[in-house]
Amino acid sequence: MNRVIHQFDMASATDVGRVRAHNEDSIAVDPELGLATLADGMGGYNAGEVASGIAVAMVPAEIRKFHDSLGVRDLAEPEVREMVAAQANKVNAAIYAAAQNQANYSGMGTTLVIAYWHGDRVTIGHLGDSRCYRMRGEKIKALTRDHSWIQEQIDAGLMTYEQARTSKKKNLVTRACGIDLNVAPEVHTHDVQAGDIYVLCSDGLYDMVSDDNIHLTVSSLKSNLPLAAQQLVQQANDNGGRDNISVILVHVLKSGRTSAGLLARVKNWFK
Amino acid sequence: MAKVILSLEGSVIREMNLEKERVTIGRKPQNDIQIENLAVSSEHARIITILNDSFLEDLGSTNGTLVNGNPIKKHILQNNDVIEIGKYILKYVSDPSAGQTSAEDFERTMVLRMPNAAQRTAAPERTDTMTRMVAEPPARAAAAPPPAAAGGQQAHIQILSGPGVGRELALIKNLTTLGKPGVQVAVITKRPQGYFITHVEGVNYPILNGATLDAQAHALKNHDLVEIAGVKMEFFFK
Repeated sequence: MNRVIHQFDMASATDVGRVRAHNEDSIAVDPELGLATLADGMGGYNAGEVASGIAVAMVPAEIRKFHDSLGVRDLAEPEVREMVAAQANKVNAAIYAAAQNQANYSGMGTTLVIAYWHGDRVTIGHLGDSRCYRMRGEKIKALTRDHSWIQEQIDAGLMTYEQARTSKKKNLVTRACGIDLNVAPEVHTHDVQAGDIYVLCSDGLYDMVSDDNIHLTVSSLKSNLPLAAQQLVQQANDNGGRDNISVILVHVLKSGRTSAGLLARVKNWFK
Repeated sequence: MAKVILSLEGSVIREMNLEKERVTIGRKPQNDIQIENLAVSSEHARIITILNDSFLEDLGSTNGTLVNGNPIKKHILQNNDVIEIGKYILKYVSDPSAGQTSAEDFERTMVLRMPNAAQRTAAPERTDTMTRMVAEPPARAAAAPPPAAAGGQQAHIQILSGPGVGRELALIKNLTTLGKPGVQVAVITKRPQGYFITHVEGVNYPILNGATLDAQAHALKNHDLVEIAGVKMEFFFK
C-alpha cells in the first residue's frame, strides 16, 4: 500500500463533558485548505450552540470562497491577517444580527479561534478564552493570549498564574463574537516547521488537563491523532468534565512554499 | 455569608460573620473571637474560610475542641455544626444563598464587557447581558490530578522476553507508550478507575493473556500478560 503524503494530519473531538446538558462547542477542520476553526458558545437555552454553530459554518465557507477566488497565488501576510480578521467580523455581525432578531437568542455569543496555514506560516485569529497551543520539540506554548478578566489580572501583575488557576472569576471573557456590534479580533502570523503540532481547544480542556499533560498525551500518541484527541477528552472527563470539551489537533507533516503547488495538484485532480 | 453564633449555657453572646479568611478563637485579646475563660487556651482554634467552605482547626489547645460532641483536630464545617470550646458553644451556620446554584448555571462562560472596548451605542435592551455578568459564578476547584488507581499501589511493567528482559518500568505518568514506533505501539493509561491498554499504531494489535485485542481500550488486571511488537511483558502492582 502506498503511503499517501498529506501536508497535515488532523484530528478532532468534542464532548459535552460530565456536568452540562448541552454541548455548546463547535469545531470544523479542513485539511485540504489547512484550516481549523473552534468556537465555544454561550447563551441561554440552545443559543450557545447556535452562536458557535454559525461561527464554524461561516468561517470555512468564507475562507474557501476567498481561497478559490485567489487561485494559487501566494498571499502577502498582512493580506491573510486582514482576511482572517474580516471573517471574525463577519461572524460577529451575523451572530449579533441573529441575537437582535430572535428573543431566544438575545445575549448569545461565542469564542472563536481560527488557524489558517499558508505556505510556511500560520495565521491565528482569536476572540475570547479558547486557545491555540503549539508543540515544537519538547515545548508547548500558547500562541493565543486569553481575552479574559483573569489574563488581564496576570498581565497587570495583580495575580500569579497559581492564583489564577484557582480563581472564581475564571470564566469571564472580555471579548467574544456576537455580543457587540463591533469586535476587535486579535490576529497574528507565526512561522511553521515540519513536525509542529497545533492544539486548538476550549477552556473545558485546559481547565481540566494541565499543559504538561496535554503535551505528554499528544507527543506520546501523535502517530494516532484521533486517539490522542479522544484521550484528551477522556482525561478532562476523568478530572471532572465541568464544561464542554473540544480539541483539534493539527500535525504539520510537511511545511514550505510547496503548499500552493500541492493545492493546485489536488484541485486538478478534482476537475 | 457563613456565620458563627457564640453562646454560653443557652444564651447567645454574639454573632459573627466569617468575613475574614482566618478567624481565630482564644483567650487572648488579639483573637477575633475572644473567650475569657481559663478552660480556653490563649490561641485555641481557628476557622479558615475559602469561598463557601469553612474549615475548623484546633491549634493544639489544652482542653481540645469538640464538634457535635467529638474531639477534632481539623474539620470541614457543615451547616448547624455545634463547636464546643470549654463551656462555650459556637454554632456554625452556612450561607443560605450558597449551594443553590443549579448545575446548569455552574461556571457558565460569561462576557465581561469592558467600558472602553464595548460598543457604546449598543441597544439599551441588551443591558440585561451586563447585569447578568455581575453575578459571581461559584468557584471551581483547580483540576485535581486523578487519584492513583488501585488503592495507592504502584503499577509496573516487567519485560519478560527480548533484549530488555528483566527490565522493570513504573507506570507513573498518565500515559506510557510501549513498543516500537513505526512497527507497533500501545499505550497504557492511568485513570481513576484503573489502568487501560489501547492500541496506538501498527498493523498488529496488542495481545493480552493470549488473546488479540481490538481498537478499544482494555482494563488491565494484576499479573496480566501483554505482548507488544513481539515483546512479552507482565503488568503488576506492588
